[in-house]
Amino acid sequence: MLTIKEVQHIAKLARLELTKKEEEKLVDELSSILGYVDKLQEVNTDGVEITSQVTGLINSVRKDVVEETSSEKVKDILTNAPEKEENLFKVKNVF
Amino acid sequence: MYFSMLTNLTIKQAHKGLKNKEFSAEELVNSHIKVIQEKDKDINAFVLTTFDLAREQAKKVDSKIKKGEKINLLEGIPVSIKDCFCTKGIESTASSNILKGYVPPFDATSVRKIKEQGAIILGKVNTDEFTMGASTETSAFGVTKNSHDLKRVSGGSSGGSAASVASQMAMYSLATDTGGSIRQPAAFCGVTGLKVTYGRVSRYGVMSMASSLDTIGPIGKSVEDVAIILEAIAGHDKNDSTTPKIKVDNYLKNLKEDIKGLKIGVPKEYFDSDLSPEIRKITEKAIQKLKDLGCKIKEVSLPHTKYAIAVYYIIVPSEISSNMARYDGIKYGYSEREEAKDLMEIYTKSRAKGFGDEVKRRIMLGTYALSAGYYDAYYKKAMQVRTLIKQDFDKVFESVDALIAPVTPGPAFKIGENINDPLQMYLEDIFTAPVNLAGVPALSVPYGKIDNLPVGVQIIGKHFDEKTILKIGSNLEK
Repeated sequence: MLTIKEVQHIAKLARLELTKKEEEKLVDELSSILGYVDKLQEVNTDGVEITSQVTGLINSVRKDVVEETSSEKVKDILTNAPEKEENLFKVKNVF
Repeated sequence: MYFSMLTNLTIKQAHKGLKNKEFSAEELVNSHIKVIQEKDKDINAFVLTTFDLAREQAKKVDSKIKKGEKINLLEGIPVSIKDCFCTKGIESTASSNILKGYVPPFDATSVRKIKEQGAIILGKVNTDEFTMGASTETSAFGVTKNSHDLKRVSGGSSGGSAASVASQMAMYSLATDTGGSIRQPAAFCGVTGLKVTYGRVSRYGVMSMASSLDTIGPIGKSVEDVAIILEAIAGHDKNDSTTPKIKVDNYLKNLKEDIKGLKIGVPKEYFDSDLSPEIRKITEKAIQKLKDLGCKIKEVSLPHTKYAIAVYYIIVPSEISSNMARYDGIKYGYSEREEAKDLMEIYTKSRAKGFGDEVKRRIMLGTYALSAGYYDAYYKKAMQVRTLIKQDFDKVFESVDALIAPVTPGPAFKIGENINDPLQMYLEDIFTAPVNLAGVPALSVPYGKIDNLPVGVQIIGKHFDEKTILKIGSNLEK
């Protein structure tokens, strides 16, 4: 059902580098899973609302105020960074 | 009292023993450590142990007892925590290479709550990578084996949690359930597991898989233990906007109530011709027992059950593809910054090396389902059928108080049996995933055995009505 080109395109969208072998395997596996979920097409869903919040909560928002982050917390957060400079995450050039 | 007997105790028994100074918290902790040292080389439940910290904390509890101070029910009680929970200062990886070395600067709310009660953490336990699996075979740390037969899986994704409790390496465990990840391993290992109502327990600080389905819950030795833990971790949390301000019941007290006259539904779709005769027989026995206890049994129908796995395996990968985007090699965890020539390559290479096959498969599936041109056919359709599945439950709960069903299609399967066939592995969730889609709570109670292998029955309840299913479960285990 899926082509290798489609798999390569999705991998690009998903920011995943795949080997040739992985691509080929995914063509088969994804096609088989998508074949199975195709049975949803037989259900009549005309006029049926979607469910994204199952216990009926509507909007649950906090007050739009900025909370101070202590310098200690900033330090804590950066502890796990693979690369940092001063109080910032360091990244490579974009292009 | 002998050390080996201490790991046998329930939470209440251990609490009483501590209070009456029959043994110390240090002895209780050491006896569990001893079991871990003896058994875990075969089982492989723990991915990290924190024995020194545990002993230190036990000493604090002992000094409190010595001074005659009052201790909480969970104080001094040793616990294991599934590796997808953030534990402050303790490496937390969700059994994934991409989070190797990640030490969270904070505790998950549920972890914080049991720590405030005086819980003693023995370590982190195995899970399928980011909880994606039904056997712990997708874990970067290897499979957790079943103590009833070492050639078999302990289930998943909370296999480490269930195995650690079943082998008496911990008195209880904190785990997660998105499609059956608490109930199935609990059934496979012969312990009790509770999947709570969506939003009953805060998900803050637990690594997300599918945010609209993920729940946090306990695995314990008995329904009573599970009720105690639930009371400690349930409730509203300002850091999780999906936890409503609904009163937390006194679950422990409610256990003692009579179940006579309760109406229990038997969903006929769970008992169709595909159900194995052994599981059918065991579940029917449990139904008979409830009848004998004075419950009214009624056949009901959940007509959209057969679509649940299809819905689940669209919604889950879709939410995964979004949730996994945060693992980018920049903020924390594994990073290929040495090899990469630009920012894009940090993403693609870090994720290629850091994630295992099942995580990649689900990210790919979800990205496809959400991509332009396919959204209506897959994600929207699945969310609509989810509504129909939820309405099935709403409708039956107008006429019954709870439902009874099998947990799994069979007992623990062999290691390697399903791992090369993703679809077959997904079908493991056939009796558990519909519950997550409807957001209702469900309890897995050990009931019967097939040969030497334990299995369970599942009691499903109404939204936020954990107290009723715990009460039913408590009567079933007697």
